[in-house]
Amino acid sequence: MSQSSVAGERLPAAALTVDRRRARRKAAWRRRGLVALFMSPWLVGFTVFFLYPLVMSAYLSFNHYDLLAPPRWVGWANYHYLFRQDPQVWTAIKNTLWLIVVLVPLQIAFAFGLAVMLTRARMGAGVFRTVFYLPALAPPVAATLAFVYILNPVTGPVNVLLGHLGIQGPLWFQDPHWSKPSLVGLGLWGVGTIMIIFLAAVLDVPRQLYESAELDGANTFQRMRWVTLPTISPVILFAVVLGVIQGLQYFTQAYVAAGVAAGQASQAADVTAVNLGYPQDSTLFYPVLLYEHGFTDFQMGYASAMAMLLLAVSFAVTLVIILNSKRWVHVAGPAR
Amino acid sequence: MRRVGTAIVALAALALLVVGAAMSSPRATPEAKSAPTKLTVWVGWSARELSVFKRVVAEYDKNNPNVTVDVVGSINDNKIVAAIRAGTAPDVVSSFNSYNVGVYCGTGGWINLAPLMAKDHISAGMFPAATQYYTQYNGVRCALPLLADTYGLYYNKTLFKAAGITSPPKTMSELAADAKKLTVRSSNGTVKVAGFDPVIGFYENVPERWITSFGGKWQDANGNSILSKDPAWTKWLTWQKSLVDWYGYNNLVRFQAGLGDEFSASNAFEAGKLAMNLDGEWRVAFIQAEHPNLNYGTAPMPVDDAHPELYGSGYINGTIIGIPKNGKHTAEAWALVKYLTTNSHALAELSNGLRNVPTTKASAVSPEIKPDAHFATFIKIFTNPKSTTSPITAAGVAYTNLVQHFATQWQAGQVKNLHSGLVSLDKQLDALVHQAKGPGVP
Repeated sequence: MSQSSVAGERLPAAALTVDRRRARRKAAWRRRGLVALFMSPWLVGFTVFFLYPLVMSAYLSFNHYDLLAPPRWVGWANYHYLFRQDPQVWTAIKNTLWLIVVLVPLQIAFAFGLAVMLTRARMGAGVFRTVFYLPALAPPVAATLAFVYILNPVTGPVNVLLGHLGIQGPLWFQDPHWSKPSLVGLGLWGVGTIMIIFLAAVLDVPRQLYESAELDGANTFQRMRWVTLPTISPVILFAVVLGVIQGLQYFTQAYVAAGVAAGQASQAADVTAVNLGYPQDSTLFYPVLLYEHGFTDFQMGYASAMAMLLLAVSFAVTLVIILNSKRWVHVAGPAR
Repeated sequence: MRRVGTAIVALAALALLVVGAAMSSPRATPEAKSAPTKLTVWVGWSARELSVFKRVVAEYDKNNPNVTVDVVGSINDNKIVAAIRAGTAPDVVSSFNSYNVGVYCGTGGWINLAPLMAKDHISAGMFPAATQYYTQYNGVRCALPLLADTYGLYYNKTLFKAAGITSPPKTMSELAADAKKLTVRSSNGTVKVAGFDPVIGFYENVPERWITSFGGKWQDANGNSILSKDPAWTKWLTWQKSLVDWYGYNNLVRFQAGLGDEFSASNAFEAGKLAMNLDGEWRVAFIQAEHPNLNYGTAPMPVDDAHPELYGSGYINGTIIGIPKNGKHTAEAWALVKYLTTNSHALAELSNGLRNVPTTKASAVSPEIKPDAHFATFIKIFTNPKSTTSPITAAGVAYTNLVQHFATQWQAGQVKNLHSGLVSLDKQLDALVHQAKGPGVP
């Protein structure tokens, strides 16, 4: 066989391979295009409503921007004011931390307790489940308004009842020592959503684990400690992360409660900023202060710097919780 | 031959076109000339008050066929700023919040009216000093006053008579003494009727409305805060705290929790639960509508015992009106703004309907203003040369809010040392203004 004849036989095969590769590449691009097409609604939404605001917020945090004049680059000035000069920011941070430290564990404990009790109800479990879940359906503004009126120091039914018992009730939302605990009460009242998640998780604990523990002589508390809690620990982790993030973003209830409890006009009929945090800054949470600077003081550059700090802290706290969770969260499934 | 025919047809067509155009133009031209310019005006008023404003604007509309004015009510500063930013602002805007003039003028959000005023020979001198001040920032006059709010003392004559008091207090000592005499407590010490509620944040009680009565200054010539250096602030805060302490801070908070909403018929003064109250001139109209039989009087706010010469003056702020940047009908918008803010008839009509103080010196004495002894007090306060307003800064309303924030901490006993607290407040206020201007701006 001559070389030329061999080459003559190989050429069509090589050409065929190139053609196949091209066709495969073309098909791959077509597939990618199709995937991109299907993803485009999400991509557009992500870019317009998340990525662009995030990038702009980061950019504006280094600008002086009052919404009316074009942004002006000021470097780290907004961050300097945030950490060194803003007289209210540390109060807002302290209040937010207080809320997270107190409200999140209480919410989880309360929701878990309710869920466990509901699993043991012999009669009317459905009714109780509905009753405990219902508050979660109330809009936050309406629920807050109702709480402020119920806890009115003079006309509210709680203090009226206490008065009949010879007790002078506290000033609740009008007292800086009671305003945050009142908000905690509101948070516990609306714990239905977490309770339902816990209920599903508790009902999902394999019965044979309890039976084994019982055979080993475990009492009720020990079964709870060594069977229920480890099994539902991923749900607890979820509730912790969700609670902390919600705590960092706590706004509506504090905004409404302060405005209604303060109950008066300020310098101008449409300016309520002076009531934010009422009484005495005790309900001034970080997002409330951020809103005040951005939307009533028109300092959007500075508000963006505050938002960037909130983003960084949210990310860091979530990361710490998730890394730490490896020590206490039991993940079911085959050993790896 | 064919070319000649074509030329004849072309000429005929041209002639027809010209004739047609000539015949149509007389019809089109008047339409274009008479098409009125549509102006949109945003104001903060709503409900009954909005209808009063619309009535005055309708009169302007009728007398000016070249414009039609569309009025939109319930507007606040957030909406104004958002619209200017989005390029959708109306031709004319009005805000209840004169505190934010620094924001509007300083950023160019509202245009400078000075050239338009000069062209029409309108002098700012036609307005009293305080209103001149709160409609400009750093020499840029981007707004004009559209009715003012003036603050004074309302007192219940029936409760005064029962307590044996014959005239309203003129000094702070008299105010405190009368307040104590008029207060009625329950057996457990809670307040049933307060002679006067001095708590900052209650109804219209804010620092700027008090410090006028003590002759206090806010800033030095360089724009730096001087609250710790001007003894008037220490004097006022000490006086205020002593009266709060006499009642007991918690007692007053509990008393306030049981009171009706400020802008309702159950307002504490109207309901007889407050014997004296600091309030704006608009309360006259509210009382007339809600409690016409209330036996009350109005007077200027009492003043510092050491400054009797200040008696008769008071605090002034009010509604402002201007033209947002990038407007399409600046000339027509200015004509409307000029009419609303300088025409005595328009101001009298607005004042009569809204029972706010008319804002030019001429309109304050206009015979068209409906006579009312209660309301007359506030017109006198308005025209008093010693009446003042709060500082206009780049920080807008945040400046006075910060002072109020300090005062609320102070009255609750959260500030241990008043002087060092005020020194710290001065630094915070200066930093706030610096931050609002942005680095590099003097």
